[in-house]
Amino acid sequence: MFKLKATIIKDIRILLRDKVGISLMFVMPIILVVVVTSIQNSTFQLVNKNRLSILINNSDTGQASKQLVKAIGKIGMFKVSQVKGSQTEKSITEVMHQQDAMLGVIIPANFSVKVTAKSKSIAGKALTSFGLQGDTAKKVGDVDPLTLYYNPVLQESIRLSVKGAIGSALQLVESRETLRSLYFSINEKQLPQNLEDEMLNNKTAINEIPVSKDGTRTTPNASQHNVPAWTIFAMFFIIMSLGGSVVREKVSGSFIRLKTLPTNYMVGLLSKQIVYLLVTMLQAAVIFSIGIWLFPFFGLPALNLPSDLLALIIVTIVCGWCAVSYAICVGVFADTQEQANGFGAVSIVILACIGGLMVPSFAMQGFFKSAADISPMHWCLQAYYTLFLEGGKLKDVVNNIIPLFIITLVFQFVTFIGLKRKNLI
Amino acid sequence: MAVSTPLAIDVAEMGFKYPGNAEVSFSKLNLKIVKGERFGLFGPNGAGKTTLISLMTGLLNADEGHIKLLGQEVGKHNKAVNKLFGFVPQDFSFYQELSPVENLQFFGAWSGLDKQTIKQRTDELLDILGLDEVRNKPVDKFSGGMKRRVNLAIGVIHKPEIIFLDEPTVGVDVQTRHAIIAYLLELNKGGTTLIYTSHQLSEAEDLCKQVALIDNGKIIAEDSLDKLMADHKQESLEQMFLNLTGKDIRNDV
Repeated sequence: MFKLKATIIKDIRILLRDKVGISLMFVMPIILVVVVTSIQNSTFQLVNKNRLSILINNSDTGQASKQLVKAIGKIGMFKVSQVKGSQTEKSITEVMHQQDAMLGVIIPANFSVKVTAKSKSIAGKALTSFGLQGDTAKKVGDVDPLTLYYNPVLQESIRLSVKGAIGSALQLVESRETLRSLYFSINEKQLPQNLEDEMLNNKTAINEIPVSKDGTRTTPNASQHNVPAWTIFAMFFIIMSLGGSVVREKVSGSFIRLKTLPTNYMVGLLSKQIVYLLVTMLQAAVIFSIGIWLFPFFGLPALNLPSDLLALIIVTIVCGWCAVSYAICVGVFADTQEQANGFGAVSIVILACIGGLMVPSFAMQGFFKSAADISPMHWCLQAYYTLFLEGGKLKDVVNNIIPLFIITLVFQFVTFIGLKRKNLI
Repeated sequence: MAVSTPLAIDVAEMGFKYPGNAEVSFSKLNLKIVKGERFGLFGPNGAGKTTLISLMTGLLNADEGHIKLLGQEVGKHNKAVNKLFGFVPQDFSFYQELSPVENLQFFGAWSGLDKQTIKQRTDELLDILGLDEVRNKPVDKFSGGMKRRVNLAIGVIHKPEIIFLDEPTVGVDVQTRHAIIAYLLELNKGGTTLIYTSHQLSEAEDLCKQVALIDNGKIIAEDSLDKLMADHKQESLEQMFLNLTGKDIRNDV
């Protein structure tokens, strides 16, 4: 026990004197968490609060196009500006750049005429199908398509939302015209406004409720998503310090002496595991604290800790131990510090990608969806999300902890084999 | 009836070759070093000195025969034998980020000493080796000579019965060399066996009573220094060395 204590003290002293290593383990992840959360929070605000700016060039003079512009404005996700005159693709893109608009829509010149004609045709067909006399003689062509221009920086998910929203507005306009035609054909008078409103605006409401395991209905924010994810990344990032430390000790003269002393090198590795596990705990504590107390000062939503703190501590310990085991494993197999750092950094980014830190695992397809299971970060992230986003308890994360534990044991076993093969123990 | 002197080191019929290297490093090597001896191991680059020390300290394992230190077999599965000896490698074998005291605390614990003994030995050694004033300063700021003294202090902190010294004075000034040799002679007076390798043959004449010349994995001469020089009709160890090993420059790959 005294040997282990002396080794832990030695490792802590060396760690505290490694200023670059400490900054890599603490400062870098903190910067990363703040920057990524800020960016993602801005994206949320762009869509939910600030609204996307959209330029509409209405080349039509009829009522249907005016109703369409009004309907687009009512959607709530756009800040609408109109440009007058007939615009070409080139001119509208220029105006988009000038006004910093993310979207542009051109409504074609004969839009209202064609929508009205098409509506009358549909109404006629409907009347004929009821056994009444309808005007179906006229053949009408399709309404010319609207053209939507977008800034390429918009993510596909946002683009699809925009397309869907404009599609709904368009459908509203077309339905209104069809209803009016139908009503006029039957009653030979205009559709009363109140009836029209009742028929078109009486949409069933959709309530959004986040489904959490603890029954709370807190809407997850950018901090709840990003802080746990990048805390995991920070923990695994200790490979830059720990992997290098193992290699440094291995290739330095001190290791030769250690091998000639009456103490097994496993004591040295056990000490490193304890010291760096404490480092990962400290990383998590610091990053969570920043999320709770410092984020509001940056205008970011505060991080809410899960209700089951014991589960949070257990998940953090297992994640940290897995990160430490991986770093030691890489350190044992690497022959130089450059190898450990290079392989370590690249492998962490790959594990983060396939683990769902950069792209959600549920959005992955085929091979990558299966590959996520072998990334320890995937299981760490699932466990944290269960606690932070779903309000889960310890029993809810057991299924994530077990695979993580198994992956950790695999790293430990591979390390042991590496030490044996290299005649280090 | 003659009383036999106990052996500090007994190498018997020892064979070794590096894995993947067809060339045999040692074949049926025999070497006996009595307790309390000051034994010098000399040879040109690549002769096998460091390999032999690595085998005697358990860093490498012999393929055949045996190596015993004070009657205990050396091997990677016998960590107990490691308490018997101290090793002062040619390279600086400590943590440069730590101070001499911090290094001695750690290596003392790994050598099996308790806290009280470590403190006592640390104070003694730093005083004897002239490192007391810098006891709490990081070693990476030290000169080469000071680092050599730290290297030596760590190797002897547990008062081993045998000390292996692989070029312990390389790159140091005259004063440091003198201090190191004086301390080693003091230890030997107390009964410690010294096994020493160096390229400094003049230093060997000051320190060693018994020497072995090793070349191509074979001991080509072994006896007391005076007797060897008398037998080979040479006035210095250096002349005898050149006479026995030739004047060709060797590469140690």
